[in-house]
Amino acid sequence: MKRPPLIGRSLARDLVPFGGKRVDRLVPRSRSRGPIPWVIAIMIALTVMTAAAGIALGNLIDRAESDLSGALTVQIIEANAEVRDAQAQRAAELLIADSAVTSVRVVPQEELAQLLDPWIGDTAASQGGIPIPALVDAELAGVASTEETARLNAMLLEEIPTARVDAQSAWLRPVYDALSSLRYMALGLIVLLALGSAAAVWLAARSAFSTHKQTIEIVHLLGGTDRQIAQIFQRTVAFDALLGGAAGLALGSVAIWLVGGRFAAIDSGIVTGGNLRLTDWALLFAIPLGGIALAMLTARATVLSALRRML
Amino acid sequence: MSERAHELVTFDNVGLRYGTEPEVLRDLSFTLFPGSFYFLTGASGAGKTSLLKMLYLAQRPSRGAIRMFGKDLITLPREQMPQLRRKLGVVFQDFRLISHLTAFDNVALPLRVAGVREAELTDPVTEMLEWVGLGHRIEAVPTTMSGGEQQRVAIARAVIGRPQLLIADEPTGNVDPEMAQRLLQLFERMNSLGTTVIVATHDINLLRSMPDSLIMRLQKGNLLDPTGALRYPPQIGRRALDEGIGK
Repeated sequence: MKRPPLIGRSLARDLVPFGGKRVDRLVPRSRSRGPIPWVIAIMIALTVMTAAAGIALGNLIDRAESDLSGALTVQIIEANAEVRDAQAQRAAELLIADSAVTSVRVVPQEELAQLLDPWIGDTAASQGGIPIPALVDAELAGVASTEETARLNAMLLEEIPTARVDAQSAWLRPVYDALSSLRYMALGLIVLLALGSAAAVWLAARSAFSTHKQTIEIVHLLGGTDRQIAQIFQRTVAFDALLGGAAGLALGSVAIWLVGGRFAAIDSGIVTGGNLRLTDWALLFAIPLGGIALAMLTARATVLSALRRML
Repeated sequence: MSERAHELVTFDNVGLRYGTEPEVLRDLSFTLFPGSFYFLTGASGAGKTSLLKMLYLAQRPSRGAIRMFGKDLITLPREQMPQLRRKLGVVFQDFRLISHLTAFDNVALPLRVAGVREAELTDPVTEMLEWVGLGHRIEAVPTTMSGGEQQRVAIARAVIGRPQLLIADEPTGNVDPEMAQRLLQLFERMNSLGTTVIVATHDINLLRSMPDSLIMRLQKGNLLDPTGALRYPPQIGRRALDEGIGK
């Protein structure tokens, strides 16, 4: 009888990783890949859009804060128009003489009237029917801190008792705080979306594990390690996440582009401050990569946890 | 060298129960020695498959101690189990082939798991399939194969990695007498090359054809070992078949 073929002891062992095409066929893929790529695509699209909104809000706040951080407004509250104008001029002279102040501008009466038009009507403001405080805008070299504002206020009060100095950023603080809370809400949404994606992958991995339980048991009994078996699923899930991530990124990017275009059309200084920079786009493009990593880690943890129940 | 060094597998007062059911195996104490050939017999429900499950590391005992390849299985960390499993070859009663893989891929699986290079496994796998008479069915998937063909693929997969312990559960149940004899010759050949073989079978002809084998007879969860040959030093010699299985 012919000697049975036996693989020699000299064969290299544990040199070739149990991965790639060697394991690809162990878990067969149907032509329709199931719902997971779609779920991941939706999650990634929502994450990209939420992240873009959060980043844009952050940029807007940063830009506004930076623009207004050194800005002060002096109000001259005087009923007599001639005295008021004279005091406004004097305030401007005193401010520009201070080393902390880089520029000063007395806001023209017409501009003030224009600002107030929507509330009190054009005739009332422009014809002097209602006394309007004179305004002087000043820009500091540094930040208009509470201390600096108080110092300049005290300096002006020595000569102009009706002067009142306010840091412009202080007026907008409640707006910044509200916008910041939106930014945190966006962050919270991203965390929830990530948890949702992880839960979807967890369910998919559990389902795949139970579908292919017999194959897994065989590989397990043939000496396959937990790591090797987890790799089989990680590979499948990574491919699904790659497809879903690419689709989600494309969808999210198109949405951002369209919405961004609408905001750009407003052509307002404060809105333009919310523009996405190159680094922001890089961060958005990294989201699908994070999604793939999260999906792979979730699949791995799910499979390893299920395998631990086997001997 | 201590006597234990010669022991491949040792069961010491092993019992097995599933859940809160009564024990299906009781007080099993035996030793498998390297290079020996064992038949495991017993009526249906005697506990053969449960015993084999413990041997191929799919089931922990409920009590007692098991040593295998010098390792205490009760205290062995789970992470070290795969290395022990790679020293085993198992022919399952239900074959357990992966249905969507070809015969070639099924047989190559233990080698791939063990990290053998693709270039080095093609020839042995092809040769092994030819040897079990399936050279023309290399690319066939199990669903297109007969029961006998699937069984031969399962056997080829079990022996391809040259295991130290070959465990076969009714390996000739689905093949004709000629193929059964051919497969037994394969097991004998493996045994002559140093592999310890344990075959669970009801086939009396198979037992008669291997008179030098040791017989493990299970009866209602108990291992019959009237001469103590299964527990103490190897006495591989002719066993009286009447004593072992005739009753």
